[in-house]
Amino acid sequence: MSELVFKPASELAQLIAKKEVSSLEVTTAFFDRSEKLNEKTFSYLHLDRDKALAAAKQADAELAAGNVSSPLHGVPIAMKDVLTTKDAPSTAGSKILQGWIPPYDSTVVRKIREAAMPILGKTNMDEFAMGSSTEFSAYGPSKNPWDLTRIPGGSGGGSSSAVAGFLAPLATGSDTGGSIRYPAAVTGSVGAKPTYGAVSRYGVIALASSLDQIGPVSNTVLDSALLQDVIAGYDPMDSTSIPTSLGSMAEAVRRADFKGLKVGVVKQLSSDGFQAGIKELFDDTIAKLVAQGVEVVEVDCPSFEYAIAAYYLILPAEASSNLARYDSVRFGMRVEPEGNPTIERVMAATREAGFGPEVKRRIILGTYALSSGYYDAYYGSAQKVRTLIQQDLDKAFSQVDVLLTPTAPTTAFKLGEKLDDPLAMYLNDIATIPANLAGIPGMSVPNGLAKEDGLPSGVQSLAPAMQDAQMYRVGALIEQLYVAQWGAPLIAQAPNLEVANG
Amino acid sequence: MAKDQLMPYEQAIEQFEVVIGLEVHVELNTKSKMFCGCANEFGSEPNTNVCPTCIGLPGSLPAVNKKAVESSIAIGLALGCQIAPTGRFARKNYFYPDLAKNFQTSQYDEPIAFDGKVDIELEDGEKFEVLIERAHMEEDAGKLTHVGGATGRIQGAEYSLVDYNRAGVPLVEIVTKPVFGAGAKAPELAAAYVRAIRDMVKAMNVSDARMERGNVRCDANVSLRPRGQEKLGTRTETKNVNSIRSVENAVRYEIQRQAHILAGGGSITQETRHWHEDRGHTSAGRPKSDADDYRYFPEPDLVPVVPAAEWIEEIRATLPENPALRRKRLQGDWGFSDLEFRDVLNADLLDQVEATVAAGAQPQAARKWWTGELSRLANAQDVSPDELAITPAQVARIQQLIDSGDLTDRLARDVVAGVLAGEGEPEEVIEKRGLKVVTDEGALVAAIDAALAQQPDVLEKIREGKVQAAGAVIGAVMKAMGGQADAARVRELILERAN
Repeated sequence: MSELVFKPASELAQLIAKKEVSSLEVTTAFFDRSEKLNEKTFSYLHLDRDKALAAAKQADAELAAGNVSSPLHGVPIAMKDVLTTKDAPSTAGSKILQGWIPPYDSTVVRKIREAAMPILGKTNMDEFAMGSSTEFSAYGPSKNPWDLTRIPGGSGGGSSSAVAGFLAPLATGSDTGGSIRYPAAVTGSVGAKPTYGAVSRYGVIALASSLDQIGPVSNTVLDSALLQDVIAGYDPMDSTSIPTSLGSMAEAVRRADFKGLKVGVVKQLSSDGFQAGIKELFDDTIAKLVAQGVEVVEVDCPSFEYAIAAYYLILPAEASSNLARYDSVRFGMRVEPEGNPTIERVMAATREAGFGPEVKRRIILGTYALSSGYYDAYYGSAQKVRTLIQQDLDKAFSQVDVLLTPTAPTTAFKLGEKLDDPLAMYLNDIATIPANLAGIPGMSVPNGLAKEDGLPSGVQSLAPAMQDAQMYRVGALIEQLYVAQWGAPLIAQAPNLEVANG
Repeated sequence: MAKDQLMPYEQAIEQFEVVIGLEVHVELNTKSKMFCGCANEFGSEPNTNVCPTCIGLPGSLPAVNKKAVESSIAIGLALGCQIAPTGRFARKNYFYPDLAKNFQTSQYDEPIAFDGKVDIELEDGEKFEVLIERAHMEEDAGKLTHVGGATGRIQGAEYSLVDYNRAGVPLVEIVTKPVFGAGAKAPELAAAYVRAIRDMVKAMNVSDARMERGNVRCDANVSLRPRGQEKLGTRTETKNVNSIRSVENAVRYEIQRQAHILAGGGSITQETRHWHEDRGHTSAGRPKSDADDYRYFPEPDLVPVVPAAEWIEEIRATLPENPALRRKRLQGDWGFSDLEFRDVLNADLLDQVEATVAAGAQPQAARKWWTGELSRLANAQDVSPDELAITPAQVARIQQLIDSGDLTDRLARDVVAGVLAGEGEPEEVIEKRGLKVVTDEGALVAAIDAALAQQPDVLEKIREGKVQAAGAVIGAVMKAMGGQADAARVRELILERAN
């Protein structure tokens, strides 16, 4: 097994740029490992060696001609299956889109191609990104490289397990309530949700339009920053995209210093409901920062209490509308029932067969929440909570540069453990959801292994909207402190997947 | 289908007060669609003007067409509406195969324009004020074709085809407040209102305004209540009435149908109804309630439309003259009788007559050309007069030649024929065809002599006071001269000979 796969993307990019190694060699190394180990982690739904290697050769040729397309030129990447790709199936983890090859590339995929980054394949996810474990993928769950009997988080468990298992140096995720950050936390990797609108949603198979945001998944903070720099930017195809530049995240990481840093700890997200080992690691992170002279204050965000409730009205409401297009008329699965195939009966049979249980649950919830007579009580109230959460955060950020919280309340749970308890599943996102409701950036950085089970834990850095650079700065500083302690990023402590048994 | 029982119209009006409400959909003539860059074009091959956005593919997103917003604001201003400083799009959720996303991107509680009014004057001069509730932006759906059934309707069809070329075409829906007090004139008022909207959007050039192509479509709401009753009656909504005459007929039909039911102690079902132009009646569509649950919510994929006040004023400054006011002004300027003016309007010739007058013709002469000879020729070619290959300036020039005595009416018609045949400007046609009035008196006198020789008793009759006897001789002279004589001069010469 090539040692190349254990190197961070930033280092691979340098080796490729210096022509010490070719993109073809790097891409081949990840492909060899992916083809061997995907049966253990089930990170990928779709792998296409020929296309990836062709893209790698193209990247090498460009480099030979003196053209450097991006700071990640030649570095391969895995794409969450929520992004449309015109040369590969794009299913969003759903049966209803099985085999669907879109006629167009999402803006993010286009930018990745323009950056000369070979696409290794499409990663597994909970169906339409509804879930925290990938157990709701129509194609089966991905596994956590730290313990193959445990979940890799969700919905982006395919991307997190690919990166944490060294099946890809980088991946993309989509974060609607924590689908990038939660999987990163439970797999000991790094994941960032940029400010809403920083990355184009054009070609992102929608879950909840006002919450969805695409972001990077990697093993180091710098790698995520480099990737965000590639995929971010204004896109006229997405009316909600931010017209101004947020600056270079890689620059923010490289310049990170502790000077004058003021950090807030959210009262509502620092005590109850967190696994003891996670709480202990979080306190350790704070103590390390204090030791560097960072000022730490407690901030009060009383409306966070209602965040999950509001989220589970807004998300299903928007999803129920976004998912209405899966009707068998223009694309995707079509099931013709016996007897008279009227449009209603074909539509019903297709949706019955094509949608999984969690998707149906949320469509029903959302349809109900938007119904006449209930709108004000449900969707309307939820939008008010959203405003209150934004006000809480505005107030908090008037006192501090960033907020820190544990990313997830527990370490990775066992496959099947919460499958019959949707509410328990929903609570995994308690710390990540406020960022989506407020549109602010948040990222998870590894901060150790919990004492109870030896599994990874993450700390979340939240910054004000548009100040993604501040979030990366603090993420980089925390990473520095731990690398100083461990001698390497946490992921270096992951077990050897090649000998692990699932 | 059982035939509806109708109450005689006068009786219905006597017993019931009519309340109408009109929803007019105007398709804008922007180059591209409402939320994507696809061509907004009528008559293309099915499903050729489509992209991921307008066929609702997963991952696609809308982006607002600024020109469509501009046209919508212009319509709002022309309706005397206020323009919302911030307007939001909303999703109207319902399933139908012609609706790609299974929701229509529309506006709900924040329309772009609201609270306007339109002044309508009926043919008899009675004036009504129709209050506008709102005008909002939305996208059109695709077009369904049902194949295999006898009627072309979905019932009985073997399969249906969908053309998404129209999906996403920008629409402005104009909704009136309930219109009271029109009584027996409610159908006429409804038709006049739709005509006014059509003329308005056509004059503004924001829509092609061709009703036969569905550029302007009307849904007519009708309810009746016994005279003196406060509470509004149950309404029906007759959908997609697509000609002005049909609007009038459909409203009249609904009044008579509902009156019969109510007078018999029955009740009206709140429903949509379809107007059948060929058979002149409406039939029941689907039941509709005020609580139709479209699960509206703000469109999260679009940011609010916030038109700057300066932009609104710029648009206001470009508005053309209100068509009703323009008509009033032109009728006054030209001194046409109501009947004459109505002929011009009904034939849709206002622009032609105005341009011909502007090119120097007398209004009456311009009118006669367009409503007379030119309409006849257009009719024969099965085109509209404005599609004839002759310009108002050419018409005006020909009229000038008549006025100066260089052409007779008969010769002028030949000149027109020559212009239409592509023989060039009127002067060139006259030259090529030799169509000059004969002014050589010697030739005229010779021809008159010859004609009188054939009809020797004519001069005697004239002397006896029967001047009309000259007609036969004039006709013979004109025939002999190949029409190239001035009939008035011929007549003068004959009368001189009689004295």
